[in-house]
Amino acid sequence: MILVSTETVPGMDITEVFGLVSGSTVRAKHIGRDIAAGFKNIVGGELTGYTELLGESRKEAVSRMMSQAQSLGANAVVNVRFATSSVAAGASELFAYGTAVKVQ
Amino acid sequence: MIEGFINLGFTLGLLSLGYFVGQTRERRHYANLRSREAHLNHVMAVTLREMPGLSGAHQPILVTGAVCISIDYFKRFAAGLRFLFGGRVAAYETIIDRARREAILRMKEVAYAQGYQAIICVRVETSRIASSRNDGKGTAAMEVVAYGTAVRFTDALSAPQSA
Repeated sequence: MILVSTETVPGMDITEVFGLVSGSTVRAKHIGRDIAAGFKNIVGGELTGYTELLGESRKEAVSRMMSQAQSLGANAVVNVRFATSSVAAGASELFAYGTAVKVQ
Repeated sequence: MIEGFINLGFTLGLLSLGYFVGQTRERRHYANLRSREAHLNHVMAVTLREMPGLSGAHQPILVTGAVCISIDYFKRFAAGLRFLFGGRVAAYETIIDRARREAILRMKEVAYAQGYQAIICVRVETSRIASSRNDGKGTAAMEVVAYGTAVRFTDALSAPQSA
């Protein structure tokens, strides 16, 4: 499965378009990580635990999008975009979307 | 009365801890960013759909770089004062600048590790991560995600020289 953020796949031709595919996941923060992040809030800097958590969530969202594209018979997703939103206190939603296509 | 002094002392302690440790960490992070940016200067990242002057792009892959960053106690306090008078909030500008540069660098590092020298159609998203408490006093942080399409070119990457 080819994923790109461009409208076309460089070096290939789009032969069929299947439409919008998306994948999302909502993750809540681990209490231990939240306490560690609370200390980090005093001195500032990167919250490594959160970076990892959001990285995992993004992978999950992308794999859901890819399986949706696969079930449609696509072999690539073009114009992939990511969005993050906070749905509730302590939880974040990771959303990935794009256009499923067949390329050759 | 005594309780008031203890509270004041605690706040001052947190402020000075935030100030000294936060400043040191910021200086170190900036030094680290500068050296890594110099090292990855030849990996070109553009927001365009294609690299000007180069044709025959192939083998595209999606590359991402993300970072979650928090502001220190002193800066939060300083920004709080700034909100009374309005104007430039320098405390927040540096933290977001650091996060963006870090995210873009991580994206470039992913591309470079796989032998790519160009990233096209780069997008940068910034979002605020939900506070764990409803009163807004819980842990709040920013997340920056940079992503783009790493490509190879049939003709050597030499045409557009980055200054």
